[in-house]
Amino acid sequence: MTAGGAHAGGATGCRTPSWLARLAFAVGLLAPAAVPAAQPETITVQHIHADEAVAVRKFMRENPGTRVEFRQVSFQSLLESLPVQLASGEGPDISMVADWGGLSKYYLDIRPYIGAREAAYFERQFGNILGPMRGGDPHGNEIYGMAGAVTLNGAFVNVTLFKQAHVELPPPGATWDDWAAAARKVARATHTEMAMEMDRSAHRFASLALSYGAKLVDGQGHFVVDQGLRTAVEKFVAWHRDGTMPMDLWGAVGGTTHLDRFSDFMNGNVVFYFGGSWSLFLMDRNVGDAFDWKVVDAPCGTAGCVLMPGGAAMAAFRHTKHPELCARFLAFLAREDNMREALARHANIPAATSLVESGVEYPNDSERVREALAAFTRQMPNVPRQAYVFQGWRYQRAALNSLTTRISQILTHELDVDTALAFVKKDVELAIEASR
Amino acid sequence: MREAAVASPAWAFLARRRGGIRADWTDWVTYGYLLLGVVVMLVPVLWVVLSSFKSEGNLLRFPPTVLPEAARTVVVAGYPRPLPLYAVRRDDGTTVTLAQVRRVGIEAQMVDPAHPGAGLVTVPVERARELRHFHVGTENYARLLASAGGTIWTSIYNTVFITVVATLVTLVMNAMAAFALSKYRFPGSDLALLAILATLMVPATVVLVPIYLIVSELGLVNNLWGVILPVISTPTGVFLLRQYMLTIPDELIEAARMDHASEWRIFWRLILPLATPALAVVAIFSIMSRWNDFLLPLVILNKPEVYTLQLALAGYSDENGIQYGMLLAMTTLTALPLAVGFLFLQRYITTGIASTGIK
Amino acid sequence: MPSRMRIVPWLFLAPNLAIIALFALAPVLINVMYAVTGTDNLYPGERTFVGLANFRTLLECGNYFEPATCSRDLFWRSVGNALVFVPTQVAVMIGFALATAVALNRDIRARGFFRGIFFFPVMLSPVVVAMTWVWILQKDGALNGLLGLVGFERVSWLADPARAFRWSIFVTVWAHMGFYTIILLAGLQSIPADIYEAARMDRASPWRIFTRITLPLLKPVLLVVFILAVIRSVQTFDEIYVLTGGGPGTATKMIVQYIFDTGFAVMPRNYGLAAAASLMLGVVLFVFTAIQMRFARPGGADA
Repeated sequence: MTAGGAHAGGATGCRTPSWLARLAFAVGLLAPAAVPAAQPETITVQHIHADEAVAVRKFMRENPGTRVEFRQVSFQSLLESLPVQLASGEGPDISMVADWGGLSKYYLDIRPYIGAREAAYFERQFGNILGPMRGGDPHGNEIYGMAGAVTLNGAFVNVTLFKQAHVELPPPGATWDDWAAAARKVARATHTEMAMEMDRSAHRFASLALSYGAKLVDGQGHFVVDQGLRTAVEKFVAWHRDGTMPMDLWGAVGGTTHLDRFSDFMNGNVVFYFGGSWSLFLMDRNVGDAFDWKVVDAPCGTAGCVLMPGGAAMAAFRHTKHPELCARFLAFLAREDNMREALARHANIPAATSLVESGVEYPNDSERVREALAAFTRQMPNVPRQAYVFQGWRYQRAALNSLTTRISQILTHELDVDTALAFVKKDVELAIEASR
Repeated sequence: MREAAVASPAWAFLARRRGGIRADWTDWVTYGYLLLGVVVMLVPVLWVVLSSFKSEGNLLRFPPTVLPEAARTVVVAGYPRPLPLYAVRRDDGTTVTLAQVRRVGIEAQMVDPAHPGAGLVTVPVERARELRHFHVGTENYARLLASAGGTIWTSIYNTVFITVVATLVTLVMNAMAAFALSKYRFPGSDLALLAILATLMVPATVVLVPIYLIVSELGLVNNLWGVILPVISTPTGVFLLRQYMLTIPDELIEAARMDHASEWRIFWRLILPLATPALAVVAIFSIMSRWNDFLLPLVILNKPEVYTLQLALAGYSDENGIQYGMLLAMTTLTALPLAVGFLFLQRYITTGIASTGIK
Repeated sequence: MPSRMRIVPWLFLAPNLAIIALFALAPVLINVMYAVTGTDNLYPGERTFVGLANFRTLLECGNYFEPATCSRDLFWRSVGNALVFVPTQVAVMIGFALATAVALNRDIRARGFFRGIFFFPVMLSPVVVAMTWVWILQKDGALNGLLGLVGFERVSWLADPARAFRWSIFVTVWAHMGFYTIILLAGLQSIPADIYEAARMDRASPWRIFTRITLPLLKPVLLVVFILAVIRSVQTFDEIYVLTGGGPGTATKMIVQYIFDTGFAVMPRNYGLAAAASLMLGVVLFVFTAIQMRFARPGGADA
């Protein structure tokens, strides 16, 4: 083998050998046949619950010729990986998004692809959520997706432990302090590991903050440090210092790690657990009748008894190659019967106005879970507007991350309350600037 | 050789050293230190492996049991799952064996396995002692391998793919560069050597964001090649191979050239086989690094389908929270291949490291 | 020299050089680009020029000893942590590595076995190492179990900032000590035995032999090992990230973790700050690597 060996082509004139011409002709004839038959329109949809594939399969049955690929991902992946993918112009066509507004700049407006009547239906059903999905832009009218379910923060109480300790359950309207004191008594009497526990997530903390009058975000979209927030933080820290809440969770872990410790409640290790309604569907499977529990009304602060709403939405993204199919799928998900099915699958609180009014059946769930769902639905109208504003704020995620980090630093004595809150404000300002 | 004058032959045996000179206090300190080291180095890992064979309930227990145990269970009519057995101390001091149905706080509800129809009895927790027996729980491994539709097999495949492909490519590429730098005298060879050297100054930690951009532009985010390409050019590999190739006599190459062998043939057929010992060392390093790599995959691979074992292990959590049994099983499995390889290849590895360090 | 002999080596070098250019040299320049631009966009075309603003934000501090007064306090905390972590961890690790190497260098039985055991943790991945120790250090873990046997209370080892920091040092020493032991052992073994014989003839005590003969002869190797250890220590990330996540609070957050968090873990991503911090880290590492090169090749000539 020699480098630069003989290549007779260009140098010897331009007559193409006849055999080559015939070959080219033959290839040309075959080419159309060689092109694969047109692929059916395929879109990818991702969600954190594997059994949402049921809805996907139903859609494909009702719409033959379409292909929808379903992918299951973790919640952490929605928080971390999805934004990265979208930034590089990649990712699924439709995904569950962890918060309504954070990724709004990547959403696909489906209004042009659905009829006017469908658009009006969306407005009617998902009014509260479409606004936040636009990233808080008050003048937009894009329809970016839908949310079949809404979640609420919630207080789960182990009633059996209360009974064993012979302590009365605080009545509706009791304050956070009342609950802390009661939980402490019960934990001591029953040798339970933890009296009170809150997920390591500033979203849960926000309920506490709002209850004490924190505004969190002002009309111009900037973070607010006020006395309400300060009071909430001080109480939160005090509960950790006196042992009511475990240091291991908020104190021992660093950074913005989101930790959901519902398993502690399910194992009977905590008396009062403040988490979210999305954990309800685990209760039947894992707890059964091991102990008696209930979801109680929101504990109150000086300014109200607030439960933060939240929840995922389903949105389609701009980079999709099949916007029409995406719109059709979202409209499918928004149909009342499909929403009812999805809600029953996961014991979720309905988001659509019509379903909140009419109520939803949960045939697969136990009496206790149904009571809990009723308790949640009952409290839906009490969610203050400010909670929705905060939830839909474009920089909510930045604020939550910062709050989580900084509160941890207060707990480990790295910062005092005022410095920490000043840092939260600064972190959020930097985030706003960085994305400008 | 001085013989030791000792009281008993056994002592003579224990205290004898290679030179036959009697052991003194420095030897005892040495052995003491080494044995302590063995304990500190080995026991934690063995503990993890041992714990991976414990059942979930056993793992939640404190203080931890040394040997894997499981609760003795019994199937009681009317209850779907086998119930754990407890020895319960009654008021009159006698002990009776009951099966526990549920337990919360300070009370447990139990049923007599022999008379299930008699109903439940409420027993204070401190009166009940769990009955256990030795049980090697391979169920952790079984559940792990089957969990979530067998995603761990995907992780295993990804890790193996990255390790094997990256190592092969590294070997060929670095050998090529080493060949050029050792067997050719050409203008610019110093510059090329310097350039390769310069990459030592640029570890992945310093150029994380740009590497992410480049991999992204190449369309290789969430692609195993996105983790392979950035790391296949290793300066230490080139050096090791170059050092070794310098010792290959030039006459062999001249002779091959006389025979009209092409340069590539010389490299592929002559040099590579001769450089096998050095190639082996580079291969081992490469396998170690790629199997254990964490930071780069963490940044480049974001979807569970392309996770390596290390990513899967670090992010391991089930829908119901962390299942410790499976986590421990996964830790053991992730460490196993290299540990086994180490057993056989210890000599190679330590010689290789010694030579890179001394150089 | 035939022309092909001048081209052929470049052909052999080409793949290596291409990868280097793409993944080592170009990134340094791209880092600079990121460091002087803003916004949270990944693609350079969409970023805006901000000059030295990123560096300024990173470096502005009311009081350099008090991270809480700094604009980017998390950066300074990580720098502060590193300033304590690196010297301590390197000193402890090299200390033990040297002691082990000396022990292994002696006339002992089963040297291969002992050497293997000390080296074994190096083979474990950082994730496995961290998981192992998380498991042992848990509140309900083996360490507390052992301590319970002698009557001590359970301690949440990783929940206290100072303890977590010390355990981070322990775990990283545990994991990497064997590597340096091997190098030092080879260094010790290259010292000719007659020197020791001569010293023993002169009835020198073991300590004297060590300080007057062994250490000086070992100096070049020790220096290389020391620098290698520092370079690795400054870049510590993997084990600690899995062990404590940088916590409690920010007690064990190191520089690379700051870069990773800022550039990849928070939303919105701040590539500019991450790149600026990376460049500063790069300069520090450059200095140490240059020193190491100087010592590894004393002549500086083509080796």
